[in-house]
Amino acid sequence: MNLPPFQRLVDDHAIELHRFLVGCVGPDAAEDCLQETFMAALRAYPRLRHADNLRAWLYTIAHRKATDTVRVRARRPTTVALDGLTPAAEPSTAPAPLADDGLWSAVRELPAKQRAAVVHRYVLDLDYRQIAERMGTSEDAARQNVSAGLRRLRVEVDR
Amino acid sequence: MTDLERRLSHPGTPSVDPTQVTAELARRADAAGLLDVAWATLDTPLGPIAVFVTPRGLVRVAYDRENFGDVAEEVAEQVSPRVLVAPRRTDPVRAQLDEYFGERRHRFDLPIDWTLVRGFNQGVLRATAEIPFGETASYGDVAAAAGSPRAARAAGNALAGNPIPIVVPCHRVIHADGGLGGYTGGLDNKRFLLRLEGVNPG
Repeated sequence: MNLPPFQRLVDDHAIELHRFLVGCVGPDAAEDCLQETFMAALRAYPRLRHADNLRAWLYTIAHRKATDTVRVRARRPTTVALDGLTPAAEPSTAPAPLADDGLWSAVRELPAKQRAAVVHRYVLDLDYRQIAERMGTSEDAARQNVSAGLRRLRVEVDR
Repeated sequence: MTDLERRLSHPGTPSVDPTQVTAELARRADAAGLLDVAWATLDTPLGPIAVFVTPRGLVRVAYDRENFGDVAEEVAEQVSPRVLVAPRRTDPVRAQLDEYFGERRHRFDLPIDWTLVRGFNQGVLRATAEIPFGETASYGDVAAAAGSPRAARAAGNALAGNPIPIVVPCHRVIHADGGLGGYTGGLDNKRFLLRLEGVNPG
């Protein structure tokens, strides 16, 4: 089977990959993460042996890029905004509903596999078979990752 | 579905536009030397035309009737699968085609990538590329120029498979008796191009 033109991968998967990355790294970092995902894929593309399951291949790369992004961010010292002293220069140009929402920060703090599984399950509305396929795990593992992720989130959100 | 699950299902961030994603990706890919084939379309009096450009030059021109998606697949298979819509890299080609159709250009000054044509066929097409604007040659003429004076029929096959029509002007090759011969883009297009060049196709 021949490899399709790379353009087709962008056309077919950009929107959904972006949604996945928004869930994993937040809206601000998602677009750059998407570009890095496609660049890594483009670099390796001609060496692929077959065109089976290009989607799963792309999600493997996206998952890796998202994990890197979250890891780098965790190492960076966070600036603490003091109430009343937050720079007024942030009348957010575009509303970023995720940014302020504690739920999504909690999602981003999940272990990588749980985070990816939860995003696949809820943001992309996939079933466990599809999640397993995209993450290269068994269906059981996919189910466990989702439910472990949900359990943690519930603790965080109810706190 | 619990309230938590419902909230997770609505991240509420607008979708990206694949066209914009492609534009930025093409920019990064070009800078990194990963844009093997740049693809773009342009409107012409003969309908939309697609052009494919490699770092070596123009590798493929396609009429709408060929289906651009199929042509992109052919290019992915035979040149490189790193094919992206990247208009900027095709600007010189599109500009010269515009000028040609606007009767402001008689000669294309573009590097050609001959990857898609080999051997005798390439000889025929290289000979065809030398036929000046407004003139015609016979199938036997281009066969002879390619080194095989008796291979007029084989020359016809080579021209029928011309991956770079218009720029490699296979429309200027007609039968020795003045008959139009064939054209992959359709005989109407062949007639149009000859008239554009001031040749009466009969």
